[in-house]
Amino acid sequence: MLDDFLIRATLAGIGVALAAAPLGCFVVWRRMAYFGDATSHAAILGIALALALNLSIFAGALVIALIMAITVSTLSDRGFAMDTLLGVMAHSALAIGLVAVSFLQGVRLDLMAYLFGDILAVGKTDIAVIWGGAVLVVALMVYRWGALLTATLSPGLAYSSGIEPKREQLFLTVCLAVVVAVAIKVVGVLLIVALLIIPPAAARPLARTPEGMALWAAVIGVLSAVLGLRMSYIYDTPAGPSIVCVAAGLFVAGLILGRFTVPKAS
Amino acid sequence: MILAQTKNLSVQMGGHIALRNVDFSINSGEIVTIVGPNGSGKSTLLRVLIGAIRPASGTVTVSSNLRIGYVPQKIGIDPTLPITVRRFLSLPTRRKEGDIQKALGRVQATELENKQMFALSGGQFQRVLLARALLEQPELLILDEPTTGLDQPGSAALYRLIEEIRTDLGTAVLMVSHELHVVMSASDRVVCLNGHVCCHGTPDNVASAPEYRALFGSGTQGALALYRHDHDHTHEHDDHEGCTHA
Repeated sequence: MLDDFLIRATLAGIGVALAAAPLGCFVVWRRMAYFGDATSHAAILGIALALALNLSIFAGALVIALIMAITVSTLSDRGFAMDTLLGVMAHSALAIGLVAVSFLQGVRLDLMAYLFGDILAVGKTDIAVIWGGAVLVVALMVYRWGALLTATLSPGLAYSSGIEPKREQLFLTVCLAVVVAVAIKVVGVLLIVALLIIPPAAARPLARTPEGMALWAAVIGVLSAVLGLRMSYIYDTPAGPSIVCVAAGLFVAGLILGRFTVPKAS
Repeated sequence: MILAQTKNLSVQMGGHIALRNVDFSINSGEIVTIVGPNGSGKSTLLRVLIGAIRPASGTVTVSSNLRIGYVPQKIGIDPTLPITVRRFLSLPTRRKEGDIQKALGRVQATELENKQMFALSGGQFQRVLLARALLEQPELLILDEPTTGLDQPGSAALYRLIEEIRTDLGTAVLMVSHELHVVMSASDRVVCLNGHVCCHGTPDNVASAPEYRALFGSGTQGALALYRHDHDHTHEHDDHEGCTHA
């Protein structure tokens, strides 16, 4: 069954969507979208380094994403003007990565595959890596869910319940780096944040509790992956952008549906 | 029994000294109120007690396994985060439905159980925060300006509720407040803070202390006169430390 490239692609897409859903909710609630951009754009530099040093792409992307995420997270505690700083870091990381890639003489490199994903070239090892990462992230999120939520609502409440908000922030940071690393093949570095943010945003009008929002986000993410790949196959469109297009369509549908089904303030 | 105390506590926040040599303590069953101008370190002291801020020097002693119920200053819940009152009360520890009902009943907010947190009015929100703190079955209730954003009847009702809780449950209460007259009449002890402890004692003592008058001027005396006769003289001591924030 895994010999069919479309099935492999679908499995990869579902894996990433499942991990991105709960994490993406926190990215939305904590307004970390730019943080996600900085982390994912830095991954391209990781890819360049991995190719130069002949390491696995996944490891290279993971390490650099982790370094970037921790740097940004540390700086944010120091009271920098975050949106400017993150903008500087996100785009510099991308630019430096692209320049670094251009130095790699003799490596046959399809840059587009890393920028927008190459889900149809996902191999069996990739699936193992993606699902390994996804299971790890989902397990961490489930394990820390209550603490993460409390720290997100109010650091003061977290402290008074014996939760260290900075440690929870670190959990999210690590999860983000892992999701970025496993999602590169599926949607590419430029669209990872879309996969993190659009499904939770689409789920918001349908949900009354944080858990409900995460579950709906997972459903919407998986639907986007499956339908996007179908669309890509039928119309011969690039896979990553197709998945994001479907997610955007579901976002609009969620908005319209939410208006009729969920009363706003009760 | 002393529940929590600080000795010679100093705290630095972003390069400046927020608290200097603060000696403070609260006993079980007591209502202690901290008053002081903006930026005087009132919230900082509370946050040191819940462990959110580490002191630069001095000691903080909180009796072991002390159950603290903390009511922060109004927290902003992002509208992108859907959460019902019931779910909020179960954070981070799952609570039994019966306990949730009871806590909401105590703060007269049973009808709010299925409402979204971001849709609550200021007064409702504070009641829910209070209910959440009560679910910890606290021996010490810490409230940071619990009446911010409430109108006068609203805050009066909230203070009555806090006093009721103390009477019924024997919980010690430590709060920060701006509403001097209401608060001082309801407190066993008042600590007047301005980076350091300016003066402390019973509400009467503090209200007539020259340091307190130096801080709050004569404007508040009209309010204080609501429950206490005015002193017709002010103290002008040159020898006391003064209450300007260093």
